[in-house]
Amino acid sequence: MKHLLIIIAALSFSFGAVAVQPDERLADPALELRAREVSKALRCVVCQNETIDDSSAELARDMRILVRDRISGGDSNEQVLSFMVQRYGDFVLLKPRMNAETLLLWFGPLLVLIIGAIMTAQRLRKPASVGPAALNESEAKELKSLTRPETRP
Amino acid sequence: MSASTPQTKRWPFIIPLLVIAALVGIFGKRLSDVSKGADPHLLPTALLNTPFPEFDLVALPGREPGFVTSELKGEVSLVNVWGSWCVACLAEHPFLMTLKRENTVAIHGIAWRDAPEASLQWLEKHGDPYTRIGQDPRSVAAISLGVTGAPETFVVDQAGIIRYKQVGPITPEVWQTTLAPLIAQLKK
Amino acid sequence: MIIELGHFALALALIVALVQSTMPLLGAARGNAAWMAMAEPAALTQFLLCALAFGALTHAYIVSDFSVIGVAENSHTVKPLLYKISGVWGNHEGSMVLWVLVLSLFGAAVAAFGNNLPPTLKARTLAIQAMIGVGFIAFVLFTSNPFTRLDPAPIEGNGLNPLLQDPGLAFHPPMLYLGYVGFSVAFSFAVAALLEGRVDSAWARWVRPWTLAAWTCLTLGIGLGSWWAYYELGWGGWWFWDPVENASFIPWLTGTALLHSAIVVERREALKSWTILLAIITFSLSLLGTFLVRSGILTSVHAFAADPERGVFVLILLSVAIGGSFTLYALRAPSMDGGGVFAPISREGGLLINNLLLTTAAATVLLGTLYPLIADALGLGKLSVGAPYFNAVFVPLMTPLIIVAGIGPLLAWKRADLSGALQRLKVAAGVSVIVLIATWVGNGGDLLSLAAGGGMALAAWLAALTISEWVLRVRGEYGLSWQRIINLPRSAYGMTFAHLGMAVLIVGVTGASAWKQERVESLRPGEHVDLMDYRFTFEGASQVQGPNYSAIEGRYSVTRDGQTIANLTPQKRNFSQPPQQTTEAAIHTTFVSDLYVVIGDADGTEGAFVTRIYYEPFVPFLWYGVLLMAFGGLVSLSDRRHRIGAARRAMATAPQAAE
Repeated sequence: MKHLLIIIAALSFSFGAVAVQPDERLADPALELRAREVSKALRCVVCQNETIDDSSAELARDMRILVRDRISGGDSNEQVLSFMVQRYGDFVLLKPRMNAETLLLWFGPLLVLIIGAIMTAQRLRKPASVGPAALNESEAKELKSLTRPETRP
Repeated sequence: MSASTPQTKRWPFIIPLLVIAALVGIFGKRLSDVSKGADPHLLPTALLNTPFPEFDLVALPGREPGFVTSELKGEVSLVNVWGSWCVACLAEHPFLMTLKRENTVAIHGIAWRDAPEASLQWLEKHGDPYTRIGQDPRSVAAISLGVTGAPETFVVDQAGIIRYKQVGPITPEVWQTTLAPLIAQLKK
Repeated sequence: MIIELGHFALALALIVALVQSTMPLLGAARGNAAWMAMAEPAALTQFLLCALAFGALTHAYIVSDFSVIGVAENSHTVKPLLYKISGVWGNHEGSMVLWVLVLSLFGAAVAAFGNNLPPTLKARTLAIQAMIGVGFIAFVLFTSNPFTRLDPAPIEGNGLNPLLQDPGLAFHPPMLYLGYVGFSVAFSFAVAALLEGRVDSAWARWVRPWTLAAWTCLTLGIGLGSWWAYYELGWGGWWFWDPVENASFIPWLTGTALLHSAIVVERREALKSWTILLAIITFSLSLLGTFLVRSGILTSVHAFAADPERGVFVLILLSVAIGGSFTLYALRAPSMDGGGVFAPISREGGLLINNLLLTTAAATVLLGTLYPLIADALGLGKLSVGAPYFNAVFVPLMTPLIIVAGIGPLLAWKRADLSGALQRLKVAAGVSVIVLIATWVGNGGDLLSLAAGGGMALAAWLAALTISEWVLRVRGEYGLSWQRIINLPRSAYGMTFAHLGMAVLIVGVTGASAWKQERVESLRPGEHVDLMDYRFTFEGASQVQGPNYSAIEGRYSVTRDGQTIANLTPQKRNFSQPPQQTTEAAIHTTFVSDLYVVIGDADGTEGAFVTRIYYEPFVPFLWYGVLLMAFGGLVSLSDRRHRIGAARRAMATAPQAAE
């Protein structure tokens, strides 16, 4: 039960109010747009699974403001992200960087696809015997299964 | 039903079993870690063995000096991130006072997201173990330190390098097992 | 007293499930008809007992019996009746009772409607279904008992998390469970077939309706969850790639693959061992989802209470169920292949590519969801995998899938002649290119609108080919054509609707991602914000009282060219039990796009409020798409062939076999 209360507390924490406030915004729309972009790539480190852009947590707000300060100060988006990674580690990025640790993450899907494609290709290549004989055999089987007594209601 | 053709390899059919075995292994390890008391959500500090970030934080009104990173050099110190709103900090506080009395190590404070009056009132009520205190109302220092909650305490060596981060209160047990030996070693 | 009866009924259900999971299996192995015949009444009894247990628990919630711990912790007397009932599954223990209820419901349904099944297959299927039941009823009774009493009973309960007090979320869990627990039937059929050592087209025909039913419910369940998140969480998003969302989405992907591969088994007796594997995997992923949500080993915005002890129990269940069936698979499946052969360009070939891509997509979402855990376990450090990753890898996988989904139905079985379909493909490609260019140029010609154009072109491609496939089947002279429209099997219409639904969904996803607009302003009464062609004027805010909350309600008028279009009244609700705030967005829909207003905190003393306004283009298309897909599932389910499991009807008029 204690755990449940914590979860509920966490929920109320996360959804109590909503995200970016008017007073945080930068006057320059181009810079503000970049700040939003960066904010959407950063995880709120005290929340369950939210970007700092979506989060209502106070620390997330302070992080948004810091992001804007650094962008106004001339940092590139990448520099701001690096600044945060330096402090909080890769955990703070919602899109992990490609490196040795994330090789499997980024190339895993491709690996699965390639292995699957090879197996599929084998399945397609196997019937070297594509021809009337094989087809008739399978059709005969299908026919047999259709006429088996238990398939009738 | 046609019998197994000789070409049908058997090994691909074992792949699903291997995948699920690996997953169960990973889940099992995680669960056993959790039940042993490890907090999987705990973040290790990314700043370990790097210089303490440069700050010049304003002092609480009437309570000089403020917190300046360059002043850290020359001695082993603890930098404690705290706030008067933080319940766990209150739990930790008596032990910090003990450390202060025994004069073991210099303790500096960063008053995180706190109204200066509230911080001062709190210190007056519960005692002030800190040598320097800097205000951090907008989390500029906290974020630069990778802080996620309070209290967090950094162990900084003579050269101003971060050697450890304690997340959560410093209890006598944590002190005995982790911090005291580390500080003793750093002082050598 | 009633609650003790419920507890007792669940304990009895465990015993019945134990009998049901052993005797019929032994009977099937030894050819003992009487033992096999026990499965049927046992399945029905198990369901009745679970229903009794669930009913008793629901009764306790309705009458606010706070002497039951779960009720005291999760309910409250002044809550509307609907939320008293939905409170039953708003917590871990109660939702597990719903879980076993759904599981036993499907078992009972197989017992009641599976009259045409061979006796051994039926006995084995029900026995496997009961084994899952044993595991989960034991889980409820021994680790998550919802019938525990509290003494002394409090006078008032803690109340339900207000976020869950919402019609969308009241129905979301039952629908979701009907979906992913429903896949247990396909799993049981698959394991039973492995035990039997035989898979044929008849088997596929029996499995397909259950898979369809589960898939339809899961589609609706996920859709409801997304809809809820959209209007309740207050930032206008509808999909967050949160681990818990993913946990239900992964079985949906493999379930969709299963739906398609079962067609190949039914028609051509090919891909048999693969289909069996998919059936096992799909339900295994449901179990995995249950484990992830209940054990708290992943962080998510809507996880249940984290409890390692429960986690260990589910992990053991999971290892036994999945490990056991995969072992059986490794032993038996190699001898099952063979069957119909086909050329790469054929209906089977298309369905195979569909399966390859859907499975890869499922593996990708699974990998992304579990990667933080895997990395941590392997000592690779702490990292996060969020929406940007999933969007980056998912879109490249979905694009070819949609292209194939358009072509596949036009191909003949066994060996197709692409040149026959070429004319149609050319026309569809032409339409898509026009849509692409029009969208791209019409929206500024930048990179974002090129991507949006790509999405719209895909939707156009799929829609054009789906409609043209239908036309191809029914065209003819006037009377004949009408005849064909009527005679076309329901399953064919099912596919048409489901694929059209997919196309509509893609329009929604593309439009909502590309052209969403947002404004955040602090507005004093009388001030306005212009967004797109609309003017939102803040008229003022006032305090209103709900049944168990008080709220600040803002009044906003929306005008376009001076004409009032809507008056929107978003609320910010304050619940006292438990103390929590929720945002109630006000949404005006034009049925193409939504205007979405959220009222935030008061700002200053002049009656100003922070207001968030979103223009959400094409979001309604998400819901149309989901509904259309689910409707397709229902239509297909009503096909005579699926209803009674009868042999395939001859369709002389249809040029191609229907699915």
